[in-house]
Amino acid sequence: MFEVIFLQFLNGLDKGAAYALIALGLTLVFGTLGVVNFAHGALFMLGAFCAVTVRMFLTMETVTIDPEKLSPWGAPLEVREPLVQAWLGDFGAVLVNYSVPLSILITIPIMLLVGIGLERGIIKHFYKRSHAEQILVTFGLAIVAQEVIKSVFGPNPIPQPMPTDLRGAADIGAWLGMQANVITYPVWRLIYFIFAGVVIGGVFAFLQFTTFGMVVRAGMADRETVGLLGINIDRRFTIMFGLAAVVAGMAGVMYTPLLPPNYHLGMDFLVLSFVVVVVGGMGSLPGAVAAGFLLGILQSFASMNQVKAIFPGIDQIIIYLVAVIILLVRPRGLMGRRGVMEA
Amino acid sequence: MEKSNVVLHVADVHKRFGGLHALADIDLQVEEGKTHAIIGPNGAGKSTLLNVIIGKLAPTSGQVVFDGTVLTGRKPYQINQLGIARVFQTPEIFADLSVLHNVMIPALAKRDGMFKLNMLRSLDSETGIRAEAEHMLEDVGMITRREMLAGSLSRGDKRRMELAMCLIQHPRLLLLDEPTAGMSRHDTNTTIELLKKIKSRGMTKVIIEHDMHVVFSLADKISVLAQGRIIADGSPDEVRGNPKVQEAYLGGAH
Amino acid sequence: MTTFMSRNDLFLFLGFTVVVLAMPIWLAPFGAGYPDLLQRFMIFGIFAVGFNILFGLTGYLSFGHAAFFGVGSYAAVWSFKLLTLDAIPAMIFAVVISGLFALVIGFLCLRRSGIYFSILTLAFAQMSYNLAYSVLTPITNGETGLQLTLADSRVLDAAMGQTFSGQPVPTLLGQQLGGYAGFYFCAGFLILAFFIAQRIAGSPFGMMLKAIKSNQTRMQFTGFNTRPYALSAFVISGMYAGLAGALLAVTDPLAGAERMQWTASGEVVLMTILGGVGTLVGPVIGAWIIKYFENILSALNDNILARFWSFLPEGAADFMVTITSKFVGDGWHLTLGLAFVIVVIFLPGGIMEGVRRIAAAFRRSGSSSAKPSARTQPAE
Repeated sequence: MFEVIFLQFLNGLDKGAAYALIALGLTLVFGTLGVVNFAHGALFMLGAFCAVTVRMFLTMETVTIDPEKLSPWGAPLEVREPLVQAWLGDFGAVLVNYSVPLSILITIPIMLLVGIGLERGIIKHFYKRSHAEQILVTFGLAIVAQEVIKSVFGPNPIPQPMPTDLRGAADIGAWLGMQANVITYPVWRLIYFIFAGVVIGGVFAFLQFTTFGMVVRAGMADRETVGLLGINIDRRFTIMFGLAAVVAGMAGVMYTPLLPPNYHLGMDFLVLSFVVVVVGGMGSLPGAVAAGFLLGILQSFASMNQVKAIFPGIDQIIIYLVAVIILLVRPRGLMGRRGVMEA
Repeated sequence: MEKSNVVLHVADVHKRFGGLHALADIDLQVEEGKTHAIIGPNGAGKSTLLNVIIGKLAPTSGQVVFDGTVLTGRKPYQINQLGIARVFQTPEIFADLSVLHNVMIPALAKRDGMFKLNMLRSLDSETGIRAEAEHMLEDVGMITRREMLAGSLSRGDKRRMELAMCLIQHPRLLLLDEPTAGMSRHDTNTTIELLKKIKSRGMTKVIIEHDMHVVFSLADKISVLAQGRIIADGSPDEVRGNPKVQEAYLGGAH
Repeated sequence: MTTFMSRNDLFLFLGFTVVVLAMPIWLAPFGAGYPDLLQRFMIFGIFAVGFNILFGLTGYLSFGHAAFFGVGSYAAVWSFKLLTLDAIPAMIFAVVISGLFALVIGFLCLRRSGIYFSILTLAFAQMSYNLAYSVLTPITNGETGLQLTLADSRVLDAAMGQTFSGQPVPTLLGQQLGGYAGFYFCAGFLILAFFIAQRIAGSPFGMMLKAIKSNQTRMQFTGFNTRPYALSAFVISGMYAGLAGALLAVTDPLAGAERMQWTASGEVVLMTILGGVGTLVGPVIGAWIIKYFENILSALNDNILARFWSFLPEGAADFMVTITSKFVGDGWHLTLGLAFVIVVIFLPGGIMEGVRRIAAAFRRSGSSSAKPSARTQPAE
C-alpha cells in the first residue's frame, strides 16, 4: 500500500511542477504589476511551440528525387537528407536528439522579448483599469495567441521526442533502499521535477539576494512608497513581466515530451493555474508553488481506481472542488494576504 | 446627568490590531439630541472608534449599545436600519449614478428595508421618494446639480451630497467623520449652519473633527481621545481648560 | 398608469420589436436572412441580455454562465423525451431548472467578490462540464450528446394519444418549429426578455444593482443587504441563459456538453463587451455581430478570397489571399480575438459607446435637431 501511495505521490509531482511554474509567473505578474493575466497560459504554450519550431529547423531535410533509384513500386525514389547531420555530422545528430532541452537556450530570449513587448505594448495601459478589464484584454490576447499558433502549426498535437538517453524509467524504489522494480518513475518526469525546482529556487534567490529583487519585493509590498523613493519601478516591473514570460516559456518547453503541445494547451493550463494561484493565495509566491504541487499530487491521487470507486468522477473535478472549498472556507487562500483583490 | 437620556453607549471597548492597542477601555455615553464631538491628535483612534460603532470593525472586547440594542456583532446594514447613518472621511458615494439617484437610494432603504425585489416597478413611479430627495437636495443647496454624475462633483459637493444621503434617512444617530475636511471656509460655514439646523430637529450626532471652530460651534459635549484612550470628557468649556488636553495636543505624540 | 413606461423606454422597446421582427427582411441583403442564423441571433441575444443583467448592472463578472445555458439545453431535451414534444413545457422546465441551479451556485459564489467570484464561477462551470462528460453520462449522454429518439416515453403525448413516425421534432401546439416559425418563436422570447430586462434596468431594484457596482460599501452602510440583490441578479441571468439554452434545444434538439465549456462562457462575455456593458441594446448587438461574422467569415475559403482579390496583380493577389485566409474560415476566432482586444483597449464601452461618441460629435457640430441620447435609440 505504501508503494502505491508513494507512486501516486511521484506521479503528481511533474504535473504539480508545471502548475507551480505557471502559477509562479502568474503571481509574479499579479504581485508586482497588479495585473490579472489571462494570457499567461498562452505564454506557456508559446514556449512549447518554441521547442516545436527548434525541432522543425533541426530536422529540416533536403528532398531530392533520384531518377536512377526506384522504389519497390517502380516510382523514382525520394532521397531525404537531414541538413544538420549533413553539415555537422554526429554532432548534428546529438543536436537533434537533444532538441527539447536545447530549445531552452533559444526560448529564453524569445520569451523575454515577447514578455517585454506585451507589457510595453498593451499591459501597461491597463495598470489603472479594473481587474475585469485586465481579464478581458488578456483573455483576448490569449485567443489571438492560440489562433496564430493554430494557423501556423495546425490544430493537431505535435509530439516532441525526448532525448533517447533520457527515456525509460528510474528505479526510485531501489535508490531508496526498497525492493527493486516496484517504484519506477520515468526519467524525464524526474528531470522535469528537478528542472522546476531549479527554476523556482532561482526565482526566489533572485528576488531574495539581488538589489533588483529587493526593490521588486518592496514594490510588491507597497508600490507607492517605492515610487516615492525615486526608484524607477516601472522599468523593473517590465523586466519582471519578461521574467514571468521566460519562466512560463521554459516550463512549456520542458513539458513538451510529456504532453504533445497543441494550440489550446495554454487555455487548458491557464484555468487550472488560476485555480492554483487562488488556492495558494493571490499574490503569494510560496503559496503558488505549494498549491501547485499540492493540487498536482491531489489530482494524481484522485485518479486512482480505488478513489474513483468511492467518489465517481472525482478525478475530473478534484482541483475545482478544492478551489471552491478553499475559497469559501479560507478566502485568502493558503498563504494569501488580506484584502488582495477583493471587491 | 440623567442616565435615561443616553442613546448610544460604547461600553469598555478595546480594539487591538496585532500588538497595537488602537482603542483601550473606551467608555462613551452619547445623550439623545446632543452633539458629541470626539477630538484628538492623528492616530488617536477616532476613526477606529467610528468603525467599531458602525459595525465595520469588531471590537476585541466590549460592546456598543444603541437605545437598548446591542450593535456589536451586527452587520453594517442592520445597524443602519436601526437608525444610524454615517458620513465618511473620504466620501463614499455612488460615483456612477446621478446626484438625485444617490439621494433616492438611502430614502428607498429607509422605506423598503434591507432587501426588496421590486424589479417590475418603474423608478419613475416613485414620485414620493423623488420629491423627498429633491427637497433634501434643496436643503443642502444642490438641487441644480441633481442630474450630474456624482463622481464629477467637486470634493466639497460630494461631502454635502453624502450628508444629504444620510439626512434623508432621518437617522436617530448621525456619525460624521470630519465633515468639513477639505472644504473652503464658505462651505464649512454653510455646513455648520446645516448641521445646526438638524440639531434643532433633535437628531443625535457624533462628530469627529479637527477644525476647532467647527467643534466649538456645534458640540454640546466633547471627548478627547489620545493613543486609544479617552483622556478628557465634558462640556466644551471644561475641555478647553483641561491641562491634559493641552498636553496631548501640544506636547503629546503627533 | 402613465408612469408604467416612460416615452423614451416605450420608443426603445417598440423600435427594438420592429427591428427584431423585420430581421428576415432587412438582413436579407446582408446574406443573413435565413432562419437558421436568425434563430441563433435571437438565442444568443437572450443569453447576452441576461448576462448583462448580472455583469452590466452589478459588475460581477461570471466566467461560468455557459453552465446555465447547457443545463437549460439538457432540461429542455429531457422534457421533450419524457413529457411532450411541445416547446412550452420544455421552456418552463428549463428556466426553472437553470434558475434553481443558478440559485445554488450563485449562493456559494457570491460569498466572494472580484476576481475570486470570477474564479469560483469558472470552477463550478468547469466541474459541470467535466462531470457532464464523465459520471453524468446517463443524464447527458456524454460526447454523443443528448438527442430525441422514437423510443422516448413522452408520457404527456402518449396520454393525448399522439403517435409519431420518423425523427421526433419539437412542436408548438402541434406545429413544427422549423424555419421561420422557429425564428418567430425565438424572436417572441427575445422581445419578452428584452422587455423584462428593460423593466429591471428602470426599476428601483435595477438602480440598487447599479449602486452595488458603483460602491458596495456605501450600499451596506446605507442599510441594504447587498447579497440578496446580487443573488437575484445572478439567478435572473442564469434563467435567461437557461431560456436561451432551451431555445437552442428547440431549434436543434441535440444537447452536448461543449455548450458548457468555459470558452462558451467567454463568448457571452465577448458579446456583452463588444456591444456595450450595462446598456440594454448593446449586448444584443454584440451577440448579433459576433454570430453574423462567425457565420460569414467561417464560411469563407481560399477560392472566395481569390475571387475577391482578383483585381490585384497576380503576386499581390496571392499574397493577400494567404494573409486574409488566416483570418477567415477556421481562423475566424483570430479575427474575433483581435477585434476583442482592440475594443477593450480603445472602446471599453463597446459599440454603444462608439455610437454615443459619434452622436455627441454630430450634436456638437451644430445639428439643431434635439435628439434623445444615443443609448435610447434602437441603434443597429
